Amino acid sequence: MKLYDIAHSRAGDKGNTSTLSLIPYKDSDFEWLCREITADKVSKHLQALVKGTVTRYELPLIASLLFVCEDALDTGVTTSLRVDPHGKTLSSFLLEIEIGDR
Amino acid sequence: MKTIRIGSGAGFSGDRIEPAIVLAEKGALDYLVLECLAERTIALAQKRKLQDPSAGYDILLEKRCRPLLPLLAANKVRLISNMGAANPLAAAKKLQSTANELGLKLKIAAVTGDDVLEYVRQHAGNLKAMETGGGIDTYTPVSANAYLGAEALLPALASGADIIITGRVADPSLFLAPMIHEFGWQLNDWQRLGQGTVIGHLLECAGQLTGGYYADTNKKQVPGLAHLGFPLAAVDANGEATITKVENTGGIINSATAKEQLLYEVVNPSAYLTPDVSADFTRVQIHEAGADLIRVTGSSGTDRPAQLKASVGYSAYYLGEGEITYGGTDCLQRAELAAAIIHERIGAQFEDVRADIIGVQSLYPSKQDAKPAEVRLRIAARAKNIEAAMLIGEEVEALYTNGPAGGGGVRKSATEQIGIVSCLVPRDIIKIETHYFES
Repeated sequence: MKLYDIAHSRAGDKGNTSTLSLIPYKDSDFEWLCREITADKVSKHLQALVKGTVTRYELPLIASLLFVCEDALDTGVTTSLRVDPHGKTLSSFLLEIEIGDR
Repeated sequence: MKTIRIGSGAGFSGDRIEPAIVLAEKGALDYLVLECLAERTIALAQKRKLQDPSAGYDILLEKRCRPLLPLLAANKVRLISNMGAANPLAAAKKLQSTANELGLKLKIAAVTGDDVLEYVRQHAGNLKAMETGGGIDTYTPVSANAYLGAEALLPALASGADIIITGRVADPSLFLAPMIHEFGWQLNDWQRLGQGTVIGHLLECAGQLTGGYYADTNKKQVPGLAHLGFPLAAVDANGEATITKVENTGGIINSATAKEQLLYEVVNPSAYLTPDVSADFTRVQIHEAGADLIRVTGSSGTDRPAQLKASVGYSAYYLGEGEITYGGTDCLQRAELAAAIIHERIGAQFEDVRADIIGVQSLYPSKQDAKPAEVRLRIAARAKNIEAAMLIGEEVEALYTNGPAGGGGVRKSATEQIGIVSCLVPRDIIKIETHYFES
């Protein structure tokens, strides 16, 4: 199973930092995601694109996670050479992470 | 309890025009906010102003506002927008003449004071780029604009102006200002400023709260994206709000769309910094209160940052790009051959010649054994001047008759790239002025 099957995400950008939310369709899956989807796991998954630190924030009141990825946009939105300089498509890449059963 | 209704009629400079018209017509609004100023937009506007002192405001200003003005006047809706970009005064004059042509009597306020280019040039040696830690003096600034807070709009709101045009103002502050004005909040009432900032943040990207940029074809189906309705908030004196959209417009608002937008572009959820407050998003609660109706409560805040953030635009480089498509068996291998040819010919002339194979590995690392039916090769490089940048596309175009078989659909471009870095500037260098124009 992929994260795509149980959660959704939106990418945002600030300079050379990408912000990736991870929001389960069911609030009850939040704790499972907290256990399984660590900052380290996300960092490894994105390593070809994200060169800096990945920090995870937990927002239990809205049952959501936020991954803040530094040095993620090939110098930043305004100077990147990438096809997608904002990194908007990183949200879809995050959701490709495989997750085991609950 | 008194509530005010604030609509979000544009979330970026290129946004659709008609959702704002629907809001002005049917939203029963008190305020309509149009947020149209991305980081880089103001640097480009500054360059236009240098060539023509009467230019430098949002190029869609008149197209966006002409159909709105009669509706705003008839329904007594006040307009707030950062479409002044690098030249709020010229924007206000433009709207004054548009209002005259339409036979409307409107008071228009232009708020200035965000332009800190002179300060940044004079103090470049002491200012650090927040992104890199390097000195601002290593860049050649073409623009520098401080993010003003809601406070900057208060004199214009108090004056009764129908239209308030600004340059750089923090996006949520455009929404927070009418709340402060209407409810008489103190500028150190961090709890309410934090709550109002959350509402402003949710609204600032317009359609991104109502199903735009959210839709997917399976679990996230959104009806009516072709006529997406933009959001409006009914805000109370505590800064708590009910957010909805005009009936019979496309899109959806629910806790899922709101969560995606709440966390959008947030780098620290417990300290979301604006010129007005450090807002705490970790306490926000979102309740579905009905169909396309959410209730947002619970945020708070602490002291505002001591200094203001400024965006500094600088001429970064010239981007050269060329694209060509290959199809059929072994198309991926032919695209790779084409890229190798380009590298051999011009690779040494540029720091980095990037080859993307769109459909295979342009976004993410490629998977093994990809056998696509068609691919598009994109070559891109940073160049020091426009001629060098044009060479990229010219070399891709020459693949027609000199490269692998069956290459088609070449497109090429060369454009100057304005880069943006941020730095902090003292609050006391900012001199807010409000200028009035009556039609």
